[in-house]
Amino acid sequence: MAQPEQLLEVRGLSAQFTRRGTTTRVVKGISFDIAQGEAVGFVGESGCGKSVTARAILRLAPEGSSLQLGGAIHFHGQDLLQLPERAMRDIRGRRIAMVFQDPMTSLNPVMTVGAQIDDIVRRHTGASARQARRRTMELLGLVGIRDAERRVDDFPHQFSGGMRQRVLIAIAVSCQPDLLIADEPTTALDVTVQAQILRLLMRLRQELGMALLLITHDFGVIAGMVERVCVMLDGEIVETGPVDAIFASPQHSYTRALLDAVPRLDAAARSA
Amino acid sequence: MLLLAGLCMLAAMVTVTLFGPLIAPYGAAATSPDSLAGPSTAHWLGTDSIGRDVLSRLIVGGRTTLLITFVAVSAAVAAGLVLGLLSGYVGGIVDELVMRTLDIVFAFPVFLLAIAVVAALGPTVPNLMLTIAIVYTPTMARVVRGPVLSVKRWDHVEAARSVGVGEFAIATRHVLPMVVSPVLVQTSLTLANSIFTVTALSFLGIGPPPPDPNWGGMLSEARQFMELAPLTVIGPAAAIVFATLTFIVLANGLREVLDVGGR
Repeated sequence: MAQPEQLLEVRGLSAQFTRRGTTTRVVKGISFDIAQGEAVGFVGESGCGKSVTARAILRLAPEGSSLQLGGAIHFHGQDLLQLPERAMRDIRGRRIAMVFQDPMTSLNPVMTVGAQIDDIVRRHTGASARQARRRTMELLGLVGIRDAERRVDDFPHQFSGGMRQRVLIAIAVSCQPDLLIADEPTTALDVTVQAQILRLLMRLRQELGMALLLITHDFGVIAGMVERVCVMLDGEIVETGPVDAIFASPQHSYTRALLDAVPRLDAAARSA
Repeated sequence: MLLLAGLCMLAAMVTVTLFGPLIAPYGAAATSPDSLAGPSTAHWLGTDSIGRDVLSRLIVGGRTTLLITFVAVSAAVAAGLVLGLLSGYVGGIVDELVMRTLDIVFAFPVFLLAIAVVAALGPTVPNLMLTIAIVYTPTMARVVRGPVLSVKRWDHVEAARSVGVGEFAIATRHVLPMVVSPVLVQTSLTLANSIFTVTALSFLGIGPPPPDPNWGGMLSEARQFMELAPLTVIGPAAAIVFATLTFIVLANGLREVLDVGGR
């Protein structure tokens, strides 16, 4: 079988923070690949380094921290860790984009939703204000915001959490990135809305042919969303494989523990 | 409610100031044979030591005082926004450099600094504006820097960065608008303080040069005849109190409406 072309090749990625002379390694030399159009899930408990890994791909350091990255992240053959900051800014949003956990705080509260999408479109495509607005309307339709004509000039506070997450997804996919990173995209949402957002991500991935890196602590979210899973524990990938295989026969004890943590109807019946 | 009161007071003051020469019953320099006269229908607040109408001089004098105040505080706000944003957003060595420099300015007593600047550059209206602007820039920069330090860690800033927005655009479009509320409140308070400083400097004789009237200068001239014509002192004093109070009421009104933490 021919190996599909790799979009992202991460080799020996490490990340550490230094605070007052103490160095904490949060990612300890992990390697993984994402093929063009592939969906990969990262699962692990909070603090295992999965969010830092996601941000490392975009070289986003938490403000005021001293994040040091090591290893290599090859994207389309370029090592992102070696790129100058200016070139990196053109990658962010255009080639690789990210959706964050909390839609309530991830939009600028004093700019209209439309203006925020326009901004990114114009930044990356050099479109005129009118062209950008047309694209914005298209995007709002694409992410399933009804009545886009009327909502485009509303402010974020006039949107519900689920709608805001749709807006953030619209911003992220505005320039048709090759890779979309979703860091716990549904954790802050109601269960019913979670399913909608996950379905939206699935649909967009297919329509736009994007690769998807889905980060979550919840195996329930992973199932049916991704092809491959990496299980992270304490800064290392302890198990990786096709999602079905992992569900069917988890090799690592930690993976089994995570799977057992998902509430199941039959488990409840058994204990009753 | 407070805000409304403050805005009404401000509107009254600005109207009187803008249309001053049209409203004032006499010219600011026009004299009458009657000096140090008490209130009468011709001179509502009486006349000063060389027979000039106190009310007219109050109205016209307000123009100088308020003009200096508005221009100087605008400059201080502009400088404070730039320096505070630069300092807070960039951080590190830039922050240290800017803030320590401002600390040096801040460490001088206001009047000492003002006297030094005016003594060095001469007591003209533009110099007075410059002085006031310098004096109030550090406070303004601090008011901006504080919230910037926290806003730059907010999620929407990281989200903007994650889609390739440049640092300058993030600082001006995603961080700066979040500090507008405290800056508005501080601006109003600074206007109140600066009215006081301008009149105090004029009182000390380093304000705008005579013969143009200004509140501080009038107060200082009238001081010697206080017993003979109390209105010549009460008039400018009341004007100063009114102007200062206007901005303090306005600041509290803004604070109430904008929900900025009190101090």
